[in-house]
Amino acid sequence: MRSIFLLLALLINTAHAEVLYPLQTAKQEAQFKHLLADLRCLVCQNQDLADSNAGLAKDLRAEVYNRVKDGQSDSEIIQYLTERYGDFILFNPPMKGITVFLWFAPLIFLGVGFIIFWRRFR
Amino acid sequence: MIAEAGLFSLIIALFFSILLVILPSVGVIKNLSILQLTAGRYVFGQFLFIGIAYLCLTLCFLRDDFTVIYVLTNSSISLPWFYKFCAVWGGHEGSMLLWVAILSFWTLCVSQFSKHLAEEIRVRVLVILGALSAGFILFVITTSNPFLRQFQILHAHGRDLNPLLQDPGFLFHPPMLYMGYVGFAVAFSFAIATLWLGRVESAWVRWTRPWTLAAWCCLTTGITLGSWWAYRELGWGGWWFWDPVENASFMPWLVGTALIHSLVVNEQRGQFKAWSLLLAISAFSLSLIGTFLVRSGVLTSVHAFAVDPQRGLFILFFLLMVIGGSLLLFALRSQTLQTEKKLNSVSREGAMLLNNVFLFSAMATVLMGTVYPLLIDGLGLGKLSVGAPYFNTVFVPLMIPLFILMGLGAHLKWHSDCLKTVLLRLSGVAFFSILLPIGILFFCAKVINPSALLGLVLAFWILFTTLKAVWNKRQSRGLFHISQTYWGMVVAHCGVAATIIGIAVSTNYGMQEDVRVALGEQFNFAGFQFQFVKETNLKGPNYHGVQTQFKISSANRSVTIYPEKRIYNVGQMAMTESAIDVTPLRDVYVALGEPLDSYTWSVRLYYKPFVRWIWGGGVMILLGGLLALLDRRYYKT
Amino acid sequence: MKALHWRLAPFFIFLALVLVFWRGLALDPHHLPSTKVGQPLPSFQLTSFGETKRSSKSMLGHVSLLNVWASWCMACADEQAVLMRLAKQGVSIYGLNYKDSMDNAKEWLSEWGNPYQQIGEDVDGKVAINLGVYGAPETFLIDKNGIIRYRHVGALTMVIWEKEFAPLIQLLESVE
Repeated sequence: MRSIFLLLALLINTAHAEVLYPLQTAKQEAQFKHLLADLRCLVCQNQDLADSNAGLAKDLRAEVYNRVKDGQSDSEIIQYLTERYGDFILFNPPMKGITVFLWFAPLIFLGVGFIIFWRRFR
Repeated sequence: MIAEAGLFSLIIALFFSILLVILPSVGVIKNLSILQLTAGRYVFGQFLFIGIAYLCLTLCFLRDDFTVIYVLTNSSISLPWFYKFCAVWGGHEGSMLLWVAILSFWTLCVSQFSKHLAEEIRVRVLVILGALSAGFILFVITTSNPFLRQFQILHAHGRDLNPLLQDPGFLFHPPMLYMGYVGFAVAFSFAIATLWLGRVESAWVRWTRPWTLAAWCCLTTGITLGSWWAYRELGWGGWWFWDPVENASFMPWLVGTALIHSLVVNEQRGQFKAWSLLLAISAFSLSLIGTFLVRSGVLTSVHAFAVDPQRGLFILFFLLMVIGGSLLLFALRSQTLQTEKKLNSVSREGAMLLNNVFLFSAMATVLMGTVYPLLIDGLGLGKLSVGAPYFNTVFVPLMIPLFILMGLGAHLKWHSDCLKTVLLRLSGVAFFSILLPIGILFFCAKVINPSALLGLVLAFWILFTTLKAVWNKRQSRGLFHISQTYWGMVVAHCGVAATIIGIAVSTNYGMQEDVRVALGEQFNFAGFQFQFVKETNLKGPNYHGVQTQFKISSANRSVTIYPEKRIYNVGQMAMTESAIDVTPLRDVYVALGEPLDSYTWSVRLYYKPFVRWIWGGGVMILLGGLLALLDRRYYKT
Repeated sequence: MKALHWRLAPFFIFLALVLVFWRGLALDPHHLPSTKVGQPLPSFQLTSFGETKRSSKSMLGHVSLLNVWASWCMACADEQAVLMRLAKQGVSIYGLNYKDSMDNAKEWLSEWGNPYQQIGEDVDGKVAINLGVYGAPETFLIDKNGIIRYRHVGALTMVIWEKEFAPLIQLLESVE
């Protein structure tokens, strides 16, 4: 078997290696990549699904892969996962009531900083 | 015996630090200078005995004394000797001992190199450093004793150091990081001493500056090393994860950077000293908060130590006393400092303090993101994760105006300047900063990625404005009249530009692929030809595994790299040792995943253009800091 | 005096932070509450050691436990004694064999005992994902109508049984 493979490899010199999670379009690949970076491995110490080798991470990766292949959107896939695991699985906190403060905090801090700055200057 | 000697030494050191706090303080209150002068002796005593304690712990490791629990859990018989030396700081107890040792070292340095300081400040600084030492030594002895013994497991072989730590990066990263964290205690102590004294000496800036710069340089090195090491070691091709422990080191760095700049404003214009005091207090406070976050178990982290809520409680109490006390002191005493007259915002000092607004907001944002899951959980509102996607989204927009400001700042005059004139003068630079990246990206990469373009535009903006500023100075004053500190600024800012280039290009033009590769297979990736040449069994001092050979060829060059999969004998932990082909302009990175079949592996491939520039930039920032630190103008008495 | 208020701001912000930290010390960052509590048990049909498929519908009509276990899971052995005891007391326990092989599972049961009324083999872990399982062992409490009422992560102990499960079961049994 290996010798046939070697022969083929020699013949098809510009071959690409077999991708573990092959996808049809570049858009799907990008979607898959960014979803894996956005999702948390629940049994690891603060790793995302892209980098973890834990059992559950592999299963969830396969799950996300199948759904991306089926053409599901980000929000559909995320909803599927949060229905089962809660918002904890999302490294990108969704914009919700309790996260509004989090997302606007940088602007608030800058605003306060600018106010203090203006009072001291000019 | 040695372990007991170590503990005993530590207790003696505690006595010295308590003496350091009490006797000179009495001297200050009762105005007895003879008591004040004894401070130096206690500093030395503290340093000596902590040193002995640390040496004892190291000896326990080198001699494989597994009756010491800490050695049992962090070392093994087959661990190479240089890793045994590092393993001393591999766990919580030992790393706290290192903390304490480094604090005593900084205290000794302050005692030795501050003879030119007014005695009343000097003694107060040493007292405060002593108080910090006393608190930490007490913490180690009561909750984190590295010298605890066990006599049940005899003839043990040790549980081995975490394989992730068995890497050269581990020799340098933690000590450098601690030198930085702890180094900010000096600036902190200067600030508190000043508030205690009740007045700010005009020389305060000159006294605080070197210690702040030194600590900042160490922290810069520590963070750069940590990022490089994570990239090499973890096999995921990432170099920054916004992990709580990383954030814990980044926040003091951001505030330290703000402090360095505000000190310049203090020096040039004599104002905003209260703000610098607050920054000095904040920098070390963030070091302490970082210590709490990492060692108390409130947050999950890849780097976190073994947790114990009791330790968390002690640190929290310590935090409350030290930081709460300092902020209270600041509130009560800082208004006795001179009143500020309003300055012109369009000026170099305005730009530098505006940069403080951005840096401080950035720090607050990182703190908020790190602590938010805790806040939400504590309020009973559920479990949330705040990870890299959040931080990347909010941090980058915060930095963009800062980078633009960086370029402007060097061109604004002190006191006041006209913004329109400056912008007009720099319009040519701006034009080239936009045009050049477009051209470069178009010719080198054929595709222009907008994020990368933005990064490059900002980097070139910083680079060109900085170089133009040097050119202007050369015209007006000549190259040899440019101060070393100014060169430090130039090098450091160019370093920032280099880092931005590294980040922009490697993130946006990098490639990644997870593939299935069989022995002998040839394949293409990122324009390179790969071949999985060989697989051999591997046996190391405390691990066994598989070593593979991959040949990477391009038009003019061929190189062989050796990614490995190791299983460490004691813990049976599998580790991937990625192999990287490094050149200044790109990295090609191969990490073994799982064995899929006989002689077939899942392999992760990365192509990372310009990634080395990230750490190259970090080194330049360090060099810039060193140049400023070693500027002799500040040391002429 | 106005200046004092502003200068006290950092102090009060810090106090708030300390409060958050202090509260945080009492929490466990690893513990994940189940999103499925209060929701119906997702229906499934699984083979039971090669025999005909058993459906989750067979769990309706009485209060029961669904225990997620595997032969490779160390902590599962810890809780097996507790489960055996509960089974003897008449508690209905269903087993979800998580990502396991039939042979290993059978051998494990013969060694540690079989408290399960029925066993379903979740070889690929898909049912477990539908339940929001993130680590074996986990135990779900399901009421008569098939609604999940409670989830415990980790080995089940008598202490947890007495404290969390028993009161709930009493409540659920009394409801029609």
